Amino acid sequence: MTKTIRLALLASTLLTGAAWAQDVTLTIESWRNDDLAIWQEKIIPAFESANPGIKINFAPSAPPEYNAVLNSKLDAGSAGDLITCRPFDASLELFKKGKLADLSDLAAMANFSDVAKSAWQTDDGAQTFCVPMASVIHGFIYNKTAFEELGLTPPKTEAEFFALLDKIKEDGTYIPMAMGTADQWEAATMGYQNIGPNYWKGEEGRKALIEGTQKLTDEGWVAPFRQLAKWKDYLGDGFEAQTYPDSQNLFTLGRAAIYPAGSWEIGVFGPQIGGAFEMGAFPPPVPAEGDTCHISDHTDIALGMNAATQHPEEARKFLEWVGSSEFATLYANALPGFFSLNSAPVEMEDALAKEFVSWRESCEPTIRSTYQILSRGTPNLENETWTASANVITGTETPEAAAERLQQGLASWYAPQQN
Amino acid sequence: MAQRKAFRWHIAVFLAPAVLVYTAIMIVPLFGTLNLSLFNTGEEGRVFVGLRNFATLFGDPRWSASFWNALGNNAWFFLVHMLVQNPVGVALAALLSSPRLRGAAFYRTAIFIPTILSFVIVGFVWKLILSPIWGIAPGMLDAVGLKSLFAPWLGREGTALTTLALISVWQFVGIPMMLIYAALLSIPDEVIEAAEMDGVTGWSQFWKIKLPLILPSIGIISILTFVGNFNAFDLIYVTQGALAGPNFSTDILGTFLYRTFFGFQLQIGDPHMGATIATAMFGIILLGVGFYLFAIQRRLRRYQF
Repeated sequence: MTKTIRLALLASTLLTGAAWAQDVTLTIESWRNDDLAIWQEKIIPAFESANPGIKINFAPSAPPEYNAVLNSKLDAGSAGDLITCRPFDASLELFKKGKLADLSDLAAMANFSDVAKSAWQTDDGAQTFCVPMASVIHGFIYNKTAFEELGLTPPKTEAEFFALLDKIKEDGTYIPMAMGTADQWEAATMGYQNIGPNYWKGEEGRKALIEGTQKLTDEGWVAPFRQLAKWKDYLGDGFEAQTYPDSQNLFTLGRAAIYPAGSWEIGVFGPQIGGAFEMGAFPPPVPAEGDTCHISDHTDIALGMNAATQHPEEARKFLEWVGSSEFATLYANALPGFFSLNSAPVEMEDALAKEFVSWRESCEPTIRSTYQILSRGTPNLENETWTASANVITGTETPEAAAERLQQGLASWYAPQQN
Repeated sequence: MAQRKAFRWHIAVFLAPAVLVYTAIMIVPLFGTLNLSLFNTGEEGRVFVGLRNFATLFGDPRWSASFWNALGNNAWFFLVHMLVQNPVGVALAALLSSPRLRGAAFYRTAIFIPTILSFVIVGFVWKLILSPIWGIAPGMLDAVGLKSLFAPWLGREGTALTTLALISVWQFVGIPMMLIYAALLSIPDEVIEAAEMDGVTGWSQFWKIKLPLILPSIGIISILTFVGNFNAFDLIYVTQGALAGPNFSTDILGTFLYRTFFGFQLQIGDPHMGATIATAMFGIILLGVGFYLFAIQRRLRRYQF
C-alpha cells in the first residue's frame, strides 16, 4: 500500500517536473540574502504575473563570500542566468573575461544617467554590462526625540556640527555619536567617505585624483581626516573595541544621539527601534555657510547577464523590466534606503528614505572616491583608507601622516599619480 | 651464501593506504603551493618568474614591512604561549596529579572543555566579555573597585595582540595539561618511593625527579605550540577580521596569507603572492621543527623503566 502511494507520489513529481520544464527558469545570483523574502514575495510575483512562461529563482549567497563563490561558479559553468553586479572593478573584470554579456543595446539603458551607469561600464564608457538597480546615500541619522528633548536642531555647517556635539556631550544623557573603530570600515565608509565629498568637492576632486591633477595630500583630501581626528572625543567609551553591530545597537537602543550612516540602515533601524523614538537625518555638514553641499550617492548594486546563459532572450526581457520605472518603484519601496538609479522619479513612502533622497535635489552627488580605478593595484587604496581612517580617529596617526601614506601607496602603482 | 631475500610485498601493501592518502591530500598540495609561488600573472596568462615573488616579498618595502610585522607579531604570539600556556599547563598537571586533591576529575574536565570549543565561539564569547559596551569585564572590575584598570583591550594597538594570545592560552591550556598529566601518571611509583626513601619530597621531588622525566613531553608540547601558533589564523580572523586591526597590530602570518591569497573587499586575491607567503611560512615552520629535532630532541635524555 505505502509502496503504491510512494510510486504515485514519485510519478506525480516527475510529471509536474515535466510540466514545469516548459517554463523557462532564470536563476539570479546575488549577495543580498537579507532581501530573499522581498524578492520572493514582492518582486518576483510582480514579474511572473506579467510574463507567463518565465520563472525567476532568486538564489543569494553570503555577502563576504559572494565574489569568490560567483567566480568559481562562473568558471565551472554552473552560475545562474542573471548576475548581481558589484560596482566597478569586480564586475569589469568579469566582463573583460567574457563572463558578463554586453547590455549596451538594452532599451532600458536609456532610463539611466551616465553617472548611474559609470559603475558598470568599461573605462571609456562605450559598453555597459549591468542594469543599475540602486545606490546608497551617506549622511547622519539622528534621534529626533533626543534632539527635541535637548532642544537641538540639525547642523548645517561644520562649526554647528561640533557645537551640537559639544552640547550633547555636556548634557551627558546620550553618547554624542555612535561609531567604533574596531571594524575599520565604519571609519572609512561612514566617516571619511561620508563627510569627505564636501571637502574634495565631489566629482571634481574624485576625477582630478583619477587624472592625477590632485593628490591625496592636497587640502581637500586631508581636511576630512582633520575632521575625523576631532570625532574621537564624541564617541562612546571604549570606541576602539566597538564593532559595527555595537554601534547600530547603541543607536537603536536610544543610547546615542547621532549615527554616521549609510542609507541602507533605514530598513534595518526602523523595525529595531519599533517606534521607541523618531529618527531624522541630515546631510554631511558643509565647511562654511553657503558652500555647495556634496553627498556620496554611491552606485552599489546592478544586475547583469551571464554570457553563457541558455536563455538570453528571457534574461534580457527580465533585465528590461529591471530597468523600468515599475521595478524602480517596487524595489525602492520594498527596500527603503536603496535608492533607485532610474531617471524617472520614484514615489517613496518611507519618510526617512525621502529625506535622504531629497538631498539629491539640493546637493551635488558623487560616488566613493576610492572605488573607480584607484583600488586596482596593490596596496589597495580602499583597504588602506580603512586603516588610515581608523588610525586617525584613534589618534595613532596624524591626518597629514595618514594622507601622506595613502598618497605614497597610490603613487607606487598608479601612473597618473607618479609625476 | 645467504640467499637473496624475497621482496617483502606485505610492507608495501600495509603502507599503501596511508601513503596514498597522505600523498594525495598533503604532499601533492604542498608541492602545488611551492610550485605556484614560482609563477605570476603576466601579459598573457601565467608566466614562470623564478624567485621574483620572493624578491618582492622581502625586497619591496611595503610587502616586506607587512611580512616582518606579521612575523614579529607571530613570534610574540608564540612567546606568550610558551611563557604562559605551557608553564601553567605543567603547574595544573602537577596539581591534578597530587593524590590529595579532591574533585580532580571535575577540574580536569572543566579546564579541558574550552579546547573542544570552536574558535568562532571562543572568539565571539571573549569579544562580548571584553566589550566596553555590553561586556561583563568592566562590570566585574567595577564590583571590586578596579574599574580604572579596564580598557578596550581588543581595540588598542598596544594590548590587542597580547589579549588575543591570552584568549588562545585560555582555550588551549588543556592540551599541555593533559599531556603532562599523562606523563606524570606514567612515572612508576617505585621511582617516587625510592625518592622518598632518599628524603626527596615535595618541591625538590618535582624539580629533581618528576621534571626530568616529563621533559620529553614538554619538548613535544613546545613543538606542537610552535607549529600551531605559526599556522594560527582562526581566532584573529574571528575577533579582528581579515584586516587584523587595529592598524595591523594583530596581523599574523595566517591572516596576512589569507588577505593576500583570497583578497579582501576591493582587493582582488593574488594566488601567486599568497603561495609565496605560504611557502615562507612553510620554511619558517620547517626551520623551527628542524632546529628542535636536531638541537634539542637529540639531547633530551630519556629514561626507561
